[in-house]
Amino acid sequence: MLDVAVELTPIELMTLEAYADTIIPGERRGAGDLAVAGAADGGGAVASGAVDLMVSVEGGLAGMLDTLVTGLNDHAVEYAGRAGVRLEPGVPPFVALPFPHRTALVQALTAAGHPEQDLWVSLAMFSVMAWDTGAAEHTVDALAAGHPGLIQMGFARPDPDGLWRFPDFSYRRALATPHPHTAATGDPA
Amino acid sequence: MTPTESTDVVVIGSGFGGSIPAYRLAAGGARVVILERGPWLTGADFDHDLKFGSASTRVFEFTMGDGMNVLGGNCVGGGSVVYFAAMPRAPRFTFERQGLLGRPLWPRSVTRDVLDPWYDMVAESLPITRSEWEDVTYSGGLFAAACAHAGRTANPVPTAVDPARCTNCNWMMSGCRFDAKRSLLLNYIPAAVSHGARVRPLHEVQHIAPTGDGGYRVHYNTVDEVDYRVVTGTGTIDARIVIVAAGAAATPVILQRSQEALGGIPEAVGRHFSGNGERLNTAVIDEAKARDVLGLDRGDGVAYEGYQVGKGPVCASWDRLDPDLPEFSRHSLEQLYFPPGFGTILAQVRDATGPSWFGVEKKEMLRRWRSWLTIFIMSEDGNEGVFGPPPETGNADRIAQQMLSRGALRYRPSEQTRAGWARADADIRDILERDGLARVMPWTDEVIGAYTVHPLASCRIGDDPATSALDDRHELRGHPGIFVTDGSAVPAGLTVNPAFTIAALAERAVPGIVQAALDRGVPVRYVDAPPRSAPEPRPTTPAVA
Repeated sequence: MLDVAVELTPIELMTLEAYADTIIPGERRGAGDLAVAGAADGGGAVASGAVDLMVSVEGGLAGMLDTLVTGLNDHAVEYAGRAGVRLEPGVPPFVALPFPHRTALVQALTAAGHPEQDLWVSLAMFSVMAWDTGAAEHTVDALAAGHPGLIQMGFARPDPDGLWRFPDFSYRRALATPHPHTAATGDPA
Repeated sequence: MTPTESTDVVVIGSGFGGSIPAYRLAAGGARVVILERGPWLTGADFDHDLKFGSASTRVFEFTMGDGMNVLGGNCVGGGSVVYFAAMPRAPRFTFERQGLLGRPLWPRSVTRDVLDPWYDMVAESLPITRSEWEDVTYSGGLFAAACAHAGRTANPVPTAVDPARCTNCNWMMSGCRFDAKRSLLLNYIPAAVSHGARVRPLHEVQHIAPTGDGGYRVHYNTVDEVDYRVVTGTGTIDARIVIVAAGAAATPVILQRSQEALGGIPEAVGRHFSGNGERLNTAVIDEAKARDVLGLDRGDGVAYEGYQVGKGPVCASWDRLDPDLPEFSRHSLEQLYFPPGFGTILAQVRDATGPSWFGVEKKEMLRRWRSWLTIFIMSEDGNEGVFGPPPETGNADRIAQQMLSRGALRYRPSEQTRAGWARADADIRDILERDGLARVMPWTDEVIGAYTVHPLASCRIGDDPATSALDDRHELRGHPGIFVTDGSAVPAGLTVNPAFTIAALAERAVPGIVQAALDRGVPVRYVDAPPRSAPEPRPTTPAVA
């Protein structure tokens, strides 16, 4: 695993999980799972280690997570007011938003021209990378442990030595006519 | 601070632009020091791993800008370590481009005919080989078959890959574990070292100042091997000749930071940046259509599902590299693999009802990742990039320990560039959506703006001093003895992968640099022998001045 740069409060953890789940949604981890909305089957960004990347020393985002969480929840309160959504008390406001509203808010925050676009896109990048690279762990280990994203994508398993090789890689036949002006070296004219 | 040392030639950066002159000058008898900001990795270091801190993050720099994001190398060997080794020559018409400037972008002295012998020299040195259909991967074959189905041609792309060693693992973007990809680590760099050149990894050059006797003092920081944000020391080297080849996203920044010490720099430094007109589209292939329409079968009843298999781009459509087409309507299309992470986040769902690049529908698209086909557009942009004031150190402010930084490049694509992209997008749809073969969308440019893996032209050669910082010998105008030989010097987008052209231009520049060195009292001769193509072990500990 990666080195942890910051310990999150329960509110921070839930809020960041809810953000990651909006980017790559997944199934709930249990009946009381509020952060994960259960909008898709199979594990999503949260089950794939999104928060591990966010809090890591290596990632560089850890120092601003408290600000991001505060900002996200402030945006959620403002959004809920505008959209007429009632927020359940005792739950971080972004977590309290139903999934379609979480999605609409994240669309607005990551849209071109939003003054904080860079920050929310960065947080989204970490969420995507958690799911489709499993970057908190060695890829070989992640696959062996059934990493939700890599498995659902169909990422191939390595050879026993931990390296990938594809001996069958080609249809091994001409499938098109080359450009008539191709140079003798195989280059464009 | 260590005492200033002295050498004949300092080379800043160890990619194609740096390693080629470094080898030839060292072979010719000059004392050469290469300063490289990234680490020195070789064969076994190139792990197959996507974890933060593995080669996949150590050897890259992803520099986010305002409207343009640049993915480049950050290691000894530079772009050659992270590139996909597609090596086509630039088509003849590119050397006649006028772009948005309305005057020739290339110096009159450089044409395809002039460059061909230098291309030949690089092709022999790496070496580069013509690809055959037997080398073309499933994804390249699928693209070729789709092109043929659309009444189009398609070509296997010449590459610097040794097919006998290649395992088609598709990890080559973070270095080749099997030494099949002929990066500079296997030819020019070991040859330079064998002739006495010293390579200093983790040395990030900050600025260049005149010494008062016609030479230059190069100021650098050393950086930590894990956390590149941490400066571990500083130093200086004096040289008679300085070759700046830090890449088109860094070379102009070093020169900008040197402006005061040098007493001014040409106006064109840090202007006219080109992203090589690059843009990506991702298709999700309908496997049944691939079988029924294109007649494809891997031999086990599976038509395709081969996105992860291969060696980057191996097949291209060159139908629109037509000299009779007007400028800004010519482009090549190249089948490409991009690993997860960078290669997925900007891909969009076709006809999404919700967000197109994240969310429920994006997850469904990602679940079909094995049936993806990514198509790379290289078109004619308008050199719209401009670098703002340089950051405190390096070429950008580093965000993460490795790989992620924010720089001062601003890019607003012109109407012509956008129209060229739209034409290329339509061209791809025409090929891949025929008969329901695939669903295709360009990567979103709403999230981070444009992007390139082939930054060019930020410190151009040219005939017009107002728009080119370098003369046609690659010398920085007004500063004899400073040469720029990397992608910055390429005047404009090439419509094909530029590594071969960068390398050929660097080869072409060497005789002029040798002459400049001689004029400055450096005992050196021009050597045209190809470098030995054998890997050389690297030092066990990085040499620090």
